[in-house]
Formats: sequence, C-alpha cells, structure tokens
Amino acid sequence: MFRFLRVNMATKSCVFEEIPAEYAGLGGRGLTSTIVAREVDPLCTPLGPHNKLVFAPGLLGATNSPNGNRISVGCKSPLTEGIKESNSGGQPGGHLAKLGIMAIIVEEMATEGEWWQLEVSKDSARLVPSTVAGLNNFAAVEKLVEQYGKGCSYVSIGRAGEFKLTAASIAFTDRELRPMRHAGRGGVGAVMGSKGLKAIIINPEGGKNHPLADEAAFRDASKRFAKALMDHPVTGKGLAEYGTAVLVNILHEAGGLPTRNFTSGQFEGHENVSGERMNQLTKERGGEGAVAHGCMSGCIIRCSGLYPNKQGKLISKWPEYETLWCFGPHCGIDDLDLIAHFDHLCDDYGVDTIDVGVAIGVAMEGGGIPKGDGKAVLEAMHGISEGTALGRVIGCGTATTGRVFGVRRVPCVKGQSLPAYDPRAVKGVGVTYATTPMGADHTAGYSVTANILSCGGVVDPLKKEGQIELSRNLQIATASVDSVGLCLFTAFAILDVADALPAIVDMLNAKFGWQLTGDDVVTLGQRILSTEVDFNRRAGITEAADRLPDFFQDEELPPHNTKFDITHEELKTTFNWIK
Amino acid sequence: MSVLVKLSTTLRDCVPGYDPVAGMEVDISEHGGLSAEALAAVIGIPRTEIKIVMVNGRQSALSTVVRDGDRVAYFPAVGGG
Repeated sequence: MFRFLRVNMATKSCVFEEIPAEYAGLGGRGLTSTIVAREVDPLCTPLGPHNKLVFAPGLLGATNSPNGNRISVGCKSPLTEGIKESNSGGQPGGHLAKLGIMAIIVEEMATEGEWWQLEVSKDSARLVPSTVAGLNNFAAVEKLVEQYGKGCSYVSIGRAGEFKLTAASIAFTDRELRPMRHAGRGGVGAVMGSKGLKAIIINPEGGKNHPLADEAAFRDASKRFAKALMDHPVTGKGLAEYGTAVLVNILHEAGGLPTRNFTSGQFEGHENVSGERMNQLTKERGGEGAVAHGCMSGCIIRCSGLYPNKQGKLISKWPEYETLWCFGPHCGIDDLDLIAHFDHLCDDYGVDTIDVGVAIGVAMEGGGIPKGDGKAVLEAMHGISEGTALGRVIGCGTATTGRVFGVRRVPCVKGQSLPAYDPRAVKGVGVTYATTPMGADHTAGYSVTANILSCGGVVDPLKKEGQIELSRNLQIATASVDSVGLCLFTAFAILDVADALPAIVDMLNAKFGWQLTGDDVVTLGQRILSTEVDFNRRAGITEAADRLPDFFQDEELPPHNTKFDITHEELKTTFNWIK
Repeated sequence: MSVLVKLSTTLRDCVPGYDPVAGMEVDISEHGGLSAEALAAVIGIPRTEIKIVMVNGRQSALSTVVRDGDRVAYFPAVGGG
C-alpha cells in the first residue's frame, strides 16, 4: 500500500510509483533529505525547474502513536541555498500517511503565471487550474472547503509564496480547517510558488491506518509512550496550559532573551508578552479562545491554544514563543494583542514568523521602520500581501533586509535568521545555530533543554564547556525524531523519562517487523545529517559557513556581559563522525 | 535586608496576590543565612513544585544562601521551543 506520488508541473502528469529500494525504511526528514540529496542538483537555482519539493509524513504516521502525524517538507532552500527540511503539524501529514503516500515529489515548473492545485485521493491524483490564485491562506482555504468539503485537509501558499519571497511558508490546515500550522523556515513556500502549485487538497476517504507487524506489541509500546508523555510535567501539563510562550519569562530571567536586535538579553516588558499573561487573558476573555488545543489528530500535548480578542473573537492560535519574541522584545513591542495579530497575518500571507519578525527588528535598526512602532509594523506587514517594496524586502527575510538597510548586526547563519535565544547567554544553542545544515535553527538541536530548562541534564549556558557534545547529541536525536513523524516536543519526555525512547523503538519494530535498538536511532540520525551536510558541500556551502556573525564575538551581551567564545576550530568538531 | 522573589506559571498560585510585574520583596532580616530552599518555604512554595532556581539570573542550587538585594526566581518544570 505504500507508494510515492510524483507530480510533474510541466507535463501535469501525476504518477503513483512503487517506493524505490534505496528509500525503504525512511520517512519524514530522513526521506525528504535523502530524496533531495539524490534527485536535486545541489547547484541548481532553488526557484527553478531543477529543484524539487517533497512532502513526507513520518514513519509513525497513520498509527495510534501519540503525536506521530507531522509532515516534513524538503527542497533546496532559496533562503540558505542549502538543503532544507521544515516540518509542520496539522492534518495533511496524517491524511497522506493514511492514503499510503509516503512522499509527494513535485518536479519542474508550470508556465509562468499559471496556478494549479493538486487533488489527491485514495486512487487518483490530478492537477487542475487553481480556483484560489491570488488569495491569501484563510480566504483560499475557505473557498477550497466550499468546493471540496470538510473531510479533506489542505496545503496552501499565500501571496508571499506566489511572489516567491524567500521567507514564504507552506500552510497546513489544523483539525478545524484553519491554515495555521506552517512549514515555516527556509522559504519552502517560495519553492511551491515557483512551481505554480497554489494548493494541495487531500481527501483521506478510504484511507486507513497502516498494517502493523505485531498489533499487540504496538499497542503496548504506544501506551507506554503516551504514559511517558503524560507523566512528564512539560508534555503532560505545562505546554497545554501556557504554550511555548512559557519560555518568555525564563529566558528573560536567564538573560538570554534577545532584545532590540540582540543588544540586550532582557526585556522590561517581558511579562506582558509571557505565557502566563496569554493564559490569563485567554481564560478571562473566553469566547472563541481556548487553553489546551491540539493542532493534529493524535496530539496529546495540546500546546496550540487559541487566543481571543477583547470581544472573544479569535485573533490567532497562541503565538509561539519565537513569534512572541521576534515581534515583541526583538522589536521593542509589548502589546500581546498586536503580536497575535501579526501572527495571524504571517499565517494568512504565508511567511515564516521568525525570519520576518527578525527582519522587522533589523529594519528598525537600519532606519527602515520606526523603532518599537506597532502601527508602522502593521503597515509593513500588509505590504507583504500588497507586494510593496518594503513588504517584499521583509518578506524575503532577515538577511535580505539587513543588506537593504545597511545593518551591521544581522543575526543570520547561512542566510536564515536566528531564533529566540541569544547564543552568548545560551551557548549550546549557539553551536546548533552555527553548525546545523539548515541555517540558524533552534529546533535542529535544542540545547536550551540542558542550558536553561534542566531537562536531559544541566550544562552551564554561559560557559563553553560541554556545549559541542550537547548540541551534537541533540542534533543526531532530532534528525531521528523528525524522521519518525513525532512532534519535537515529545523530546522533553524522551530526554527525561527512561522508557520513552525504548517505547518509540518498540513501536517502530512492532509496525515494520524490524529489530532496531536505541543505537540504530543514533546511526539513523547521523546518516541523515551526513546526507544533508554532503548536499551542502556539493552546493558550495563549506565549513566556513558554520559560524555565527562576528558581532556575537565582538559585543558583550548584558546582563551577564558574555561573548560567544566557542571558536571556529571547536565548532568544526561538532559532526565528528564526518571526515 | 530583603530579596526580590520572582515566580513563574503555577508557582504564582501558591502565593495569593502575587504581582507578576513587580514580583515580591521579602524581608530576610529575621533570617540569617537563609537558603533558597528555606526562602521558598517562608513564602509558601512547596519544595516538590520547584524545578529550577535562579539567583541573579544564574541557575543555582536550592542550598544557595541568599543575600540582601538578590533576585531569586523559582520555576516549576517548563519547556517549549
């Protein structure tokens, strides 16, 4: 029942094919990165016909595993010019898996100016002229739902993707058919736009859960994994109550909350944009707001609450910590309602909240947008949809914006903006930013765990000792988790609860009839990273790119007044298994 | 002699009337050599609820003795990303 769907945007052919032997046993990021590495010329123009866009659910998709229905998107990134995997929640991952489609591979390009939508169902797939071209995500999905019904799930790009802006995202509908879950990073939406593909409609009818080699063993392992998640205070309770925004206050306290474009590690207005405040206002305002909401079927962590305005109408899903941070402290703004509105606009226009939010703070430093001026930010944001010059600049992300406004302090690695942890005060995540083949990305190796959260051990965030090893181990583990289709937040339980990882391994073995051990998980993670690094090397991205911008070595960050002092030579040892 | 105490998430429920913006000033002049753990007990936060203590922005052991003017922040297990 497992197959690939290969879609050619030039000829409009949509072909189901057997999974080639070399891709057997791979899912999620492992599969997207392997396909991109094998089939895409690393030297190709990312927004041209030789790039491919790959969608892949994970190995535990379409099972009763908790939190196993994420979807990975892979391609050569127009933002970093290297390999990209960006993953998302929402319903399409589970639906594709239920249809047995382990990857959709989109090739070539439609004629410039033409927009198509891909209809996928159990036994057929076809490209038809798009009925929603020119619309942003919310209006597009609303119209598609009228046309195709509530039983389907939807993948779409907004106008940012149509404009091929390099921070454009791809939206995936949640359980209530809102396009609020995104593969945000690396400009994957621009690649979809370059192909002329506006939307994908997935009809799961007739699909079913995957067969299991040993049903009883799977059931047992899945229960153990669910127990591990529920027993851990973060995955069992904390994330549902406060969302990822819970990090605002602890990063402020630790002096690692980058403020006003990375000039301080603390923000005086932190409480106003905190998870505690969001929880309180959500409860007080009621209406369409909700604490504890799952973005995809099978989620038991439920971090994606719904944030209402004063009248109780939904503004957006709970903005993630990263979003709160980049539109908040990073821009000197402490208005939670306004930031939630920016979050909604990012979802609607289809852009990465991080790369665009950070771009706005950088534009403020360069005089392009008045500092701390929410109204000016709103206007700039609307420009993304309207296609104004400023809108296109910030929609292309932080690196472009930094160049346009002549800014010295541009927080990017490999062209992708740094997320919400200052690497001078959370040095472990600095190692990840510098070395991950994805460009600066906290999720690639979330050293914040041991640096700040006392999860999976404790490593002093201000010292260099232990950071490389920490980042290495987390990057390896994350590559595996991203391949299994699990939400990365399961990692809190995996790091702290002894039975969590064995339970995942047992689920995989029970599903596929494998005999994996914990060591194999490490080997898989290393293999994926090796594949990704190799693609980047062939694309011309050398080890020289594995470094942070030099202002992190030059300037001390208050309040701890530390610099990033892990040397380039030390960073080179991160992937020590690669010659 | 006093310290500024900051509380996060559920720990705020342990202290009625806690002001999340200002935090709470706690007079420690009656207590010589008070540890972070003992300070938590003084303000009514159960030891079992505390996962992380930061004294002046640095993670510290519960046995750390707090001093006049210190900022002491308590956190339960939190995580996000």
